[in-house]
Amino acid sequence: MKTKTKPPKPIRLLNGRQGRATTSDIAKIRKDFPILKEKVHGKPLVYLDNAATTQKPLSVIEALDRYYRKYNSNIHRGLHLLSEKATEAYEASRVKAQKFLNAADSREIIFTRGATEGINLVAQTWGRQNVKSGDEVLVTHMEHHSNIVPWQMLCEEKGATLKVAPISDAGELVMEEFYKLLTAKTKILAVTHVSNALGTVNDIEEIVKVAHVCGAKVLVDGAQSIPHMAVNVQGMDCDFLVFSGHKIYGPTGIGVLYGKYALLDSMPPYQGGGDMISSVTFEKTLYKKPPHKFEAGTPHIAGVIGLGAALDYVSQIGLGNIAAHEHDLLVYGTKILKEIPGLTLVGTAAHKAGVLSFTLEDIHPHDIGTILDRQGIAIRAGHHCAQPVMDRFQIPATARASLALYNTREEIDVLAKAIHKVLEVFK
Amino acid sequence: MSEFSDLYQDLILDHQKNPRNFGELAGANHHADGYNPLCGDKIALDLKVNGQGVIEDVKFKGSGCAISKASASMMTVALKGKKTAEVEKMFTQFHDMVMGKEGAPMSDLGKLKVFAGVRDYPARVKCASLAWHTLEAALHDQKEVVSTESGEES
Repeated sequence: MKTKTKPPKPIRLLNGRQGRATTSDIAKIRKDFPILKEKVHGKPLVYLDNAATTQKPLSVIEALDRYYRKYNSNIHRGLHLLSEKATEAYEASRVKAQKFLNAADSREIIFTRGATEGINLVAQTWGRQNVKSGDEVLVTHMEHHSNIVPWQMLCEEKGATLKVAPISDAGELVMEEFYKLLTAKTKILAVTHVSNALGTVNDIEEIVKVAHVCGAKVLVDGAQSIPHMAVNVQGMDCDFLVFSGHKIYGPTGIGVLYGKYALLDSMPPYQGGGDMISSVTFEKTLYKKPPHKFEAGTPHIAGVIGLGAALDYVSQIGLGNIAAHEHDLLVYGTKILKEIPGLTLVGTAAHKAGVLSFTLEDIHPHDIGTILDRQGIAIRAGHHCAQPVMDRFQIPATARASLALYNTREEIDVLAKAIHKVLEVFK
Repeated sequence: MSEFSDLYQDLILDHQKNPRNFGELAGANHHADGYNPLCGDKIALDLKVNGQGVIEDVKFKGSGCAISKASASMMTVALKGKKTAEVEKMFTQFHDMVMGKEGAPMSDLGKLKVFAGVRDYPARVKCASLAWHTLEAALHDQKEVVSTESGEES
């Protein structure tokens, strides 16, 4: 099962060309997503809520459909053909996820319900085993609630302290302060790769290096980076990384926890049940080795297969191409939005991924969201499950447009026009 | 712009820009706090109810979207001089109206009928009704903060 460490596959450029994706490239991609033909309130759907969840390509929808129509069966137990097929497809997705993350070994890939469950799993197993009274857990001020609350719960239980690394007005980690907070007491650092509310991209390689010098383990929340840039867990040298399938064009209810094998092997199980044991008696139960030790019960088989199809889809287009296209949209969107009077961008880090979070005069983001919705535009309005970020900028909420590979410059123009309408209503 | 005027009526926009009865009420004998965790709308409501059960004065403070602010402001205007029993009836009528209940009476709502358009914006019903739920809590001297996410939709 061990595979040799190798650099990520070279990226296949769109139609073999270099440079920016053309309108016809994107038009082709848009055809892969049936929902993009839908109308909302009679207007063409402009879907700019991709940081919340992405739309699904036909290949993913068909993979789910095929599983349920052709070989629906439980895995790892049936001696019949359908079960063999289901098991094969399920385990093939594990290898796809391994290759996608450039993990050393497919046994380092654990299927979870999503990024949130992955973090809870680590906090409740590795955390409870290793974090003691007086220890510290370090997070940053830009974390999603899912990378705060599980650590708070752990610290409360163990009498440990949750430390928070501050961020600047641009929404970047203040590195001097961050380094000061990393000490011999820090047992684990839980940090996001890309901020869902601000778009900030953190320099994970650098962060991991420093954390390891202090003896801390590092969990990376990859929920917002995995869909937008190539992530190489061996290159990062992170100890754990989590992501959610539905944010990378896959189904909801499925995600991945990557962990270094030795760590996973040393951890107690998360949940007990079927499929995670090698033998059970009332006196003693023996657990399976990772990854199965952490996959109790019948998993979301269809979800895992759908996630495999989503990773195939993304790999086929190439994350380099996706990143280049989304960067182009981000630069264009930033320029266009900045021209709107009264609009303030929240999150202006030098290194950003496709998030345009903003406030508009003193108009509440929910009023912005409603008016945009009526023009067919889906954005997120609210605190984005990152209330500490809102508190940091002393705002109750922002409106957030977040990008994906199928978005276009024309959609940014529609957004800008619609924001002008908001200003008209509230003039 | 007219396409949004069913929700953002001039009267609503006026109240959100210039909220009436905004502030704290000295001598209040009822108080409650309301919170909508989805939007972050917050309201603190003070009431002065006399021995005959008449609302003598009312003030609110808070922050939120146009709908929640205007709803709170217009509610305070409508409440003054009303008996608490009448207020309960208004609450029911307002609630039924924004929820789009067929054939529900609106006879006691007066200018508050301007919020009827909310029924076509299900995501905004909680914004419009937060002030009213907070009012209920204040009249019944509920201590905990009213949350729109605590249970059944309201």
